[in-house]
Amino acid sequence: MSAVSRRSFLTGTVGVAVSFVLLPAGPAVARSVAAAPAGRMRIEESTSPTSLAWLVLTPEAITVYCGKVELGTGIQTAMSQVVVEELRLTVADVRYVQADTLLTPSQGTTAGSKSLQEGAEPLRHAAATAFAALQRMAAQHLGTADAPERVKARDGAFSWGNRTVTYAALLAEADLETVADLTVPLVATADLKVVGRSVPRVDLPAKLRATFTYVADVSLPGMLHGRVIRPSGRNATLRSVDKAPPMSVPGVTDVVVVGNVVGVVATGEAAAARAAQSAGSWALWNAGPAMLPWATLEDELRSPANWYAEVAEAPLRRGNAPAVLASGGTVLERNYFTPFLMHAAMGASASVADVRAAPDPLTGIRATVWSGSQNVTNLRGAIADLLGLPAAQVRVVYTEASGCYGHNGADDCAADAALLSKAVGRPVRVQWTRQQEHGWEPQGPASAHTLKGKIGATGIEAWWHTLYAPTHGSRPVATNAGTLVAGQLTGKLPAALPATAANSAGRNSQVTYARIPHHQVDAKLVRSFTTVPGGRAPATTGFAWKLPRSTSLRSLGGFSNTFANESFFDELAAAGGRDPLELRIAMHEDSRAVAVLAALRPAWTGRPTSGGRGAGVAFQQYELENAYAATYAEVVVDAGGTVRVTRMVCAHDCGRVVNPDGLRNQIEGNLVQGVSRALKEETVWRNDTVTTTVWQPAPPFSLAPQYAVLRFDEVPEIECIVIDRPDEPMWGAGEPAIGTVGAAVANAVFAAVGARVRRLPITPERVQAARPHA
Amino acid sequence: MTERSIRLNGAEVTLTTDDPLSQLLYALREQAGQHGPKFGCGVSQCGACTVLVNDVPTRSCVSTVAALPTAPPAQVRTLDGLDPGHPLPQAFLDEQAAQCAFCINGMVMGSLAWLESRVAAGEKKVPTRSEVATHLSGDNAQTFTYLCRCGAHNRIIDAIRAAAKEMAR
Ligand code: FES
Ligand code: FES
Repeated sequence: MSAVSRRSFLTGTVGVAVSFVLLPAGPAVARSVAAAPAGRMRIEESTSPTSLAWLVLTPEAITVYCGKVELGTGIQTAMSQVVVEELRLTVADVRYVQADTLLTPSQGTTAGSKSLQEGAEPLRHAAATAFAALQRMAAQHLGTADAPERVKARDGAFSWGNRTVTYAALLAEADLETVADLTVPLVATADLKVVGRSVPRVDLPAKLRATFTYVADVSLPGMLHGRVIRPSGRNATLRSVDKAPPMSVPGVTDVVVVGNVVGVVATGEAAAARAAQSAGSWALWNAGPAMLPWATLEDELRSPANWYAEVAEAPLRRGNAPAVLASGGTVLERNYFTPFLMHAAMGASASVADVRAAPDPLTGIRATVWSGSQNVTNLRGAIADLLGLPAAQVRVVYTEASGCYGHNGADDCAADAALLSKAVGRPVRVQWTRQQEHGWEPQGPASAHTLKGKIGATGIEAWWHTLYAPTHGSRPVATNAGTLVAGQLTGKLPAALPATAANSAGRNSQVTYARIPHHQVDAKLVRSFTTVPGGRAPATTGFAWKLPRSTSLRSLGGFSNTFANESFFDELAAAGGRDPLELRIAMHEDSRAVAVLAALRPAWTGRPTSGGRGAGVAFQQYELENAYAATYAEVVVDAGGTVRVTRMVCAHDCGRVVNPDGLRNQIEGNLVQGVSRALKEETVWRNDTVTTTVWQPAPPFSLAPQYAVLRFDEVPEIECIVIDRPDEPMWGAGEPAIGTVGAAVANAVFAAVGARVRRLPITPERVQAARPHA
Repeated sequence: MTERSIRLNGAEVTLTTDDPLSQLLYALREQAGQHGPKFGCGVSQCGACTVLVNDVPTRSCVSTVAALPTAPPAQVRTLDGLDPGHPLPQAFLDEQAAQCAFCINGMVMGSLAWLESRVAAGEKKVPTRSEVATHLSGDNAQTFTYLCRCGAHNRIIDAIRAAAKEMAR
């Protein structure tokens, strides 16, 4: 037998011993599920591959097998709330098995604020179906089979009259597999007991007790510790390796060289780190071509020589903006720019891989990889390609890392671990250094924007936005190891660049102000690497990176587009003599958009207007059709141009709220990270090497610029105004609010000192340069 | 081969290393099974690896096993050894003061030493928000910097103040 079907594995119809051991006290999930006795029930929904959810009930446990993973945003708690609501239980009663290519259905990527939106509804229906089935069984058992609605559920038991039966007792007799029935009634809004409450996060107690297993904590018997050595630049190639120096470090067992991937493997992490630290003297590189120059990046983005496609963003295009703008009146044209930005997770990426010489006889798995990936299914395929194995022989187990905010180094680190484990024939844990995370993580790209608009008596009459940006999409592709750094360094090419800006650089490039009659957005797509002539595919000869590999970072193009759009909106309002908040309200037809903006009125009317203080607002409807966010920011600007954001108010509507405190936590996180991007963050490179490879130290230290993030004494006071819409669909909250922050802060700086800064981050130098001269 | 006997959360533990530059962080994780201290940056910038050595917040990613004091054996305290009922972790739960929580080890252990020293000095006042923020921001001279990337800062400050109140009672 080569493999056990996932289905029988989950329901436990066959006795399976699974070689899955997490040390020291990791969740022995697979074994306990496999060992479950015959009494079981499984509900499956399979309307489409991305909305598949499994719920398994046995007398021992109720388990959610979910491809949507906890990224530190509270998803596990919110999903559990949704399930137990229908089952009339509490969150403590369910277990949640996260993405594992062997155990859970593929639910695509956990990203884009889509977890609840895509994952919760199927689970909810599955839970409702399970409850209805249990209720029928209970009715039978309690002697009222013809009227199951009469049996009442409470604390894991059903009762009718003075008789009761527990869920567990019913499940011990059950043997049912069924598909979720979308017609089974759901708990009515008025009767919700768990959904809509601030249930504490289920994962936090273990995290505070240090008993939680992050991916960096995964430990296997016989595991070795690895470090990789990265090339001197994106386009560098290996010249020579002298293995003698690292091998002389006590504890080092192997020096691995595969193409341009160099790694050291040792019995302990200190030895691996020690050997890797001196790599500058024993691993030598040939310099490759420089990337586009960082210092003139904006010009490069705007240069047609660097574009591979010109596209129009279609859905909201209307009227004839170019003609109206050419017809005179109060017309403005302004340029904006945002830099390359890092995810910059607090934990440098780590991963563990166990690549065996032969497949496991029961599961067929030969390579198992523990990773904080946002998409275990695609990572599995890419690693299979890297290792030259069929995808069915590779298992990727999601294990939480530090918060990632998008596609960071997690997948690439997993590929490194897989390569090293394959080379040495033992499980290997790879810990990237901080310098490798900052230097090699895929990043959110820079973008340049030109906005043209006209304001007249009725408000904004025309709007034309042209953006210039590389892709925001280079996630692993299931068939292509070239989408992983280790693949690229071993001769594979990355995936072709996308044909459009949709769901990428173009996100939120359009605005949803329905009363702007003429509206147009064009995008110029910038090459990240050399391509075949006139095409999107990577060049097959002389391939070289032109820019740091760019990818999905929280809200993708939404952050830079909304910075440009909403800064420009204020510039038009000022040119037309209009109040920027009231003009926004006036330009909307959508009452939910108006509601979030109107919620800012109290803050706005009480705003400071003197002494270097001022306030700004900005609005965004995420992806033009999801959550609404309107943000108010108050700043104080000192004589030297240093901006401090002192207070923020965010009004937020993401439909039905599952967990109000969890939602507030997300909004706060968005705002803090947004302020950090607005004021401090910028990736710098020289030739083909990123040079911002550690955190910017606190004053009085100052190095050459490093990657600066907001510190505790720079965080504003935050107020969240959550507009709950219990009868509307649930929309995600992981990233809608961050888009509003850049413009809210820039608009506040303008209000405070008259300096219009059109380039992020808003540094003291830029503020001073933009100040009106006395 | 260097051996260091320490008292880890009150229990005697021997750490061994064959490299005088071996970092304390790796020894605590591999040899003593500690998961509280984490590798965040490895270069003393973020605080994720913080442990207390004789009640002094110490960045275990850059301090070495060999440098631990020997006589008497160093008292090393980690998040793993902190009583879950202690006011600090409890306050973090009460305030839901985390997102991914990867950074939290630093704020808990760094504040633990700070708040204990305040209590020992008879200080009854709860530190202000700005005092807590300043403490966690660091000045690279007297105090360390603690970083959080998820934006849980305000909640973390609230939690530390709540714990301070409790600990001063
Ligand atoms: S890991 Fe030690 S300070 Fe960052
Ligand atoms: S909670 Fe994630 S880094 Fe602080």
